[in-house]
Amino acid sequence: MIKEKKIKGLQIHVMQHAEVKEMGIAERVKKILGLVLGNKIVIFHGRLRAEEEARLIEDTMAMVDHIKNFKGIELAVIEPDIREESLFVKMKYGLAKRLVGDNSALTVIGPASIVKEIKKDPKKIELMLK
Amino acid sequence: MIKMLKMFSKRILMSLFKKKENIKVGFYGPPNSGKTTLANTICKDWTGEELGMVSRVPHETRNVQFKEKVEIKYKGKSLILKIVDTPGIATKIDYEDFLRYGLKKNDAKKRAKEATQGIIDSIKWLDDMDAVVIVLDSAENPYSQVNITIIGNLVARKIPVLIVGNKIDLKKANVKRLEAAFPEYDVVGIAAKDRINMDEFYESLFRLAKKV
Repeated sequence: MIKEKKIKGLQIHVMQHAEVKEMGIAERVKKILGLVLGNKIVIFHGRLRAEEEARLIEDTMAMVDHIKNFKGIELAVIEPDIREESLFVKMKYGLAKRLVGDNSALTVIGPASIVKEIKKDPKKIELMLK
Repeated sequence: MIKMLKMFSKRILMSLFKKKENIKVGFYGPPNSGKTTLANTICKDWTGEELGMVSRVPHETRNVQFKEKVEIKYKGKSLILKIVDTPGIATKIDYEDFLRYGLKKNDAKKRAKEATQGIIDSIKWLDDMDAVVIVLDSAENPYSQVNITIIGNLVARKIPVLIVGNKIDLKKANVKRLEAAFPEYDVVGIAAKDRINMDEFYESLFRLAKKV
């Protein structure tokens, strides 16, 4: 019989891009996982780079192996869908991304013990809690 | 000087026409999408032997497993591959999920522990691949972050990608949804278990190998 645990409070940590801008991959991932381990849902203004996402999964798995009751994370990125936009809009978006980083995206990361599922399709995101 | 030029041109010509040998093709994707089933089908077709065990319980493959020198002969063309089957990548592992499949608590805990290490290994092996086949369950939502993370990492590493929508025999299968989710990539729908559409898959595999 699997016991369901009730959540007593839900904490959301909104992380600005500037907060982690100067950090290296390891440091950035460590900060995010530190917050998630404290049972917080992290909303990160921007998106992690591909190699940072891979590192986040690697470090999460290493922690699942070593920290009791930690089962991993749920992760989702919401980005504006510009596939149908004109070439000019795409170029403007690409230039802005290079100059100031990918600030148009939102990354949601939560502990798997609290966030059951993040349902995502290109236009909406649903956070399903346990 | 002339001798050097001759050797240089010989090398260029050899590199152009030499048959690419042992191209490392990794099979990546989320757990239970059918990576090992597809790898087994290919290995059985061309070597007569299967590669690994399959199961309905997720994370059956917990170690990277491979088969060297799999020679695929198709429509007069030939390709020699090293097939690398990897554990499914996930962002969470809960041993309690395995209990639902009838595993005992200790076995479930052991499986969970091995699965976490398997995921780490899968990611580490990404750097070693020449090309990657991403195997997705065509009946599932393709917009999962794990799929996007794997593809993003392959793009960053400039590794050619082929997307396979497996299990097209299922009622909920939707290959069009996969094509819409990943419009920049070659997407092929198959059912590896029943060998449905394998011809189209092999054609796509040859196209993928050309990009290496």
